[in-house]
Amino acid sequence: MDEQWYDIIIVGGGPAGLSAAYSAWMQGAKKILVLERDREVGGILQQCIHNGFGLHHFKEELTGPGYAQRCYDLVKDKKEIEILVDTMVLNINNDKIVTAVSPKYGLIKIQGKTVILTMGCRERTRGAIRIPGYRPAGVFTAGAAQRMVNMEGYLPGKKIVILGSGDIGLIMARRMSLEGCKVQAVLEICPFSNGLTRNMVQCVYDYDIPLYLSHTITAIHGKDRVTGITAAKVDEHMKPISGTEFEIDCDTLLLSVGLIPENELSRELGLTMHPLTNGPIVDQHRETSIEGVFAAGNVVHVHDLVDFVSEEAEIAGKYAALKAMGKMEGNVTDVRVEAIDEVRTCVPQHIRIGKGETIRLFMRVRKPMKRVRLTVKSGVNMLFSKVLPIAKPSEMIAADIPAAKVNGHYTDWTVSVKEEEA
Amino acid sequence: MTKQADVVVIGGGITGTAVLHELAKYNLRAILVEQEPELAAGTTKANSAVLHAGFDAPEGSIKARMNVEGNKLYHDLKDELDLQIRWSGSFVVAMDDEQMAVLRDLLKRGQDNGVPGLEIWDGDAVRKSEPNVSKDIKGALWAPTAGICWPFGLALAFAENAVVNGAEILRECTVTDIIVEQGAVKSVETDQGSIETKYVINAAGIHADEISHLAGDNSFAIHPRKGEYILFDKTAQKNLVYSPIFPTPTKMGKGILVCATTHGNVFVGPNAQDMNDDEKDNTAVTISGMDETLEKARRLVPNIPVGAAITEFAGVRAVSSTGDFILGPSKITKGLIQAAGIQSPGLTSAPAIAKYLTDAIVREMGAVKKSDYKKGRPAQPCFRMLTNADQRALIAKDSRYGRVICRCETVTEGEIVDAIHRPVGARTVDGVKRRTRAGMGRCQGGFCGPRVIQILSRELHIPITKVRKEMKKSYMFYDKETQSGGKA
Repeated sequence: MDEQWYDIIIVGGGPAGLSAAYSAWMQGAKKILVLERDREVGGILQQCIHNGFGLHHFKEELTGPGYAQRCYDLVKDKKEIEILVDTMVLNINNDKIVTAVSPKYGLIKIQGKTVILTMGCRERTRGAIRIPGYRPAGVFTAGAAQRMVNMEGYLPGKKIVILGSGDIGLIMARRMSLEGCKVQAVLEICPFSNGLTRNMVQCVYDYDIPLYLSHTITAIHGKDRVTGITAAKVDEHMKPISGTEFEIDCDTLLLSVGLIPENELSRELGLTMHPLTNGPIVDQHRETSIEGVFAAGNVVHVHDLVDFVSEEAEIAGKYAALKAMGKMEGNVTDVRVEAIDEVRTCVPQHIRIGKGETIRLFMRVRKPMKRVRLTVKSGVNMLFSKVLPIAKPSEMIAADIPAAKVNGHYTDWTVSVKEEEA
Repeated sequence: MTKQADVVVIGGGITGTAVLHELAKYNLRAILVEQEPELAAGTTKANSAVLHAGFDAPEGSIKARMNVEGNKLYHDLKDELDLQIRWSGSFVVAMDDEQMAVLRDLLKRGQDNGVPGLEIWDGDAVRKSEPNVSKDIKGALWAPTAGICWPFGLALAFAENAVVNGAEILRECTVTDIIVEQGAVKSVETDQGSIETKYVINAAGIHADEISHLAGDNSFAIHPRKGEYILFDKTAQKNLVYSPIFPTPTKMGKGILVCATTHGNVFVGPNAQDMNDDEKDNTAVTISGMDETLEKARRLVPNIPVGAAITEFAGVRAVSSTGDFILGPSKITKGLIQAAGIQSPGLTSAPAIAKYLTDAIVREMGAVKKSDYKKGRPAQPCFRMLTNADQRALIAKDSRYGRVICRCETVTEGEIVDAIHRPVGARTVDGVKRRTRAGMGRCQGGFCGPRVIQILSRELHIPITKVRKEMKKSYMFYDKETQSGGKA
């Protein structure tokens, strides 16, 4: 297994890794390796047994495992694609030598002409948001609980409070209700929900679960096991308002308080990171600050739809393959894409403009707004302008800049969202 | 069940385990009882983890003597027991002339206590050694013999060595009574049965006064004083501080410090909150406590990486009504030996306390040292610390060392299985965490938690529903069949 060469080494066998592998294969790459830490590929999708996946990418509605299977079916019998499961990548160095370990092969060192990082993301924890109170059993991140419920067949408790209205938390509100548990409340510190609208409707409203916006938890009770929580309303600075506290009886607290791209390998490798996405800075091909190292999916920025993860990974797979095969075309210039006004983040953060290709930009806004204008400019030249009826931080916005508009616009770009004046 | 012992140690914290380790060197039957599934589940697991030099306690106090002696003993024990200690030295910093005067008093006191190497440094010298401390710092007391450690690991090392040498540890064993006949200890009654013994060592930490009452000695009380801490991710602010940075002490204690851990994290804390006597187990963290801790820590080290907090926790110190450690035979009940009121510097003092109490007992009993006493403890493989060649060899021997369970801390299945089957092995998720670091990183077990639970279930031959987080009744998961509201 040791001292082998690959065109492309892909770190992570979730939807991003599998989509990248398939796309690289489509380009004609001959030696592709996917490394996956779990015993099966599919990543987090395996535990997402609800439907709603794949409408964009596969043009039909699939469950999470169904979506993962589709991705896997595309790569599984290709002799050019090798998949190692139960394999953890420990280190990647500047020469793209990947050190990994598995029970089957032991410690292995392999080198890729290119590397694609598709490690996904992890959940923010209780400590990260500093919840006061005890540290009893019964406090879980929503995703850890989801794995136990959906894959292992156990319940985290009977009376549930969910902190945070991220999508996993909302999905778990429904899941726990269907399992016969009582979901006492969903608490959200922001004055608006942080999940997809469809999840708010289908997972919370449809089950009559009380939703408390602008609320947080000021204490967790119970020494051995959670016995309840204290909730309170928060002010505009998200500080609890004294006197608004009330108790909620529960034996379980699920946390759905945000996702963080899993970038320890990227940081050790020395990639330039973006402070707001918490992912590597990439160009439109998803190439990072180190040549030949690509990244795609939730490791770059947290997506709300897996369909967009696959799309981004296919871009990375394609260009990593072209690079590995020496077919990557040169670029004329490198322009910065800057997020301004109400745009919080925009990926890619820079574009290497070459012969001409359509550029898709993915954006997130700072706050929920109605009737906004999205504009993309190069200097003073307008490349794109469109009115959106609604914009929310929880829903990523995509905009395609056609090749004809891209060419020649070598002054740095700005991406803006502003509320339209009435 | 009725057992016989020469000595029963009550409490599996740092004091109890250190005493057991010392007793195990002698030809006598020693049993330690601990009410929780894991050792060091009380004050020992939640404190500043500093091995103090010994200048804080007043000259002539038991604290001062035990501290200086304990610090010396740890310097020898570090290699013998493979303890996680870094001899970092420590700073007590002063912000103004008044505090500088206090430092000079501490220096004098430390010298009287026999602490070697103490020096007063000016602010620039401190900043040269610790570049991240505040520019307002005027000077500091430097104590080269101070260190930082992993307190759970220390207690476990003492316990493992004791068990290897024939001592017995009964966990999840709660003392219900102590039978005293004609003024002398006769037996210790527990929820696992009776243990006949002539000697009881009361190392029950925050509950030591209650244990003493059971044996008829009401001569002291233990008051709880809570301290809250915040721990930061090790990738944030690497090398923020190398040594513990203390403020100038006050009558409430040594104050809120900024400190590195032996694992490379940074933490701040503790504040000091006197609690009611019925709140001995109140380890809840509070908003005000966290705010106070951060605010005061920032005075010492301004760029605390607040956003990189990974967990907060609180510990309760056992403050005795006498103001000093309460060590030695009870004046009321024969055979009851007190090791009570062990607040700071209790961690540092533990080996000295153990020697002091054991010497007294063995003298009285006429016990002799074991001829076959085994030093040290079984080696604990740590995958992430090995060279690639050693990693390969370990996996070749046992392929489970090739399966990484905890990504954040690179902990393998092999290490987790070892932790469960070692002497005094892990019984809970937190027990695995404290022995291997699985779940201690930035994701706090989000990824590895379910996997660790499955390994515990498999290795301990218990259903998933019986796997606990840490405490006796801290069950984590329910069966769908029996707990489903739909079927109830």
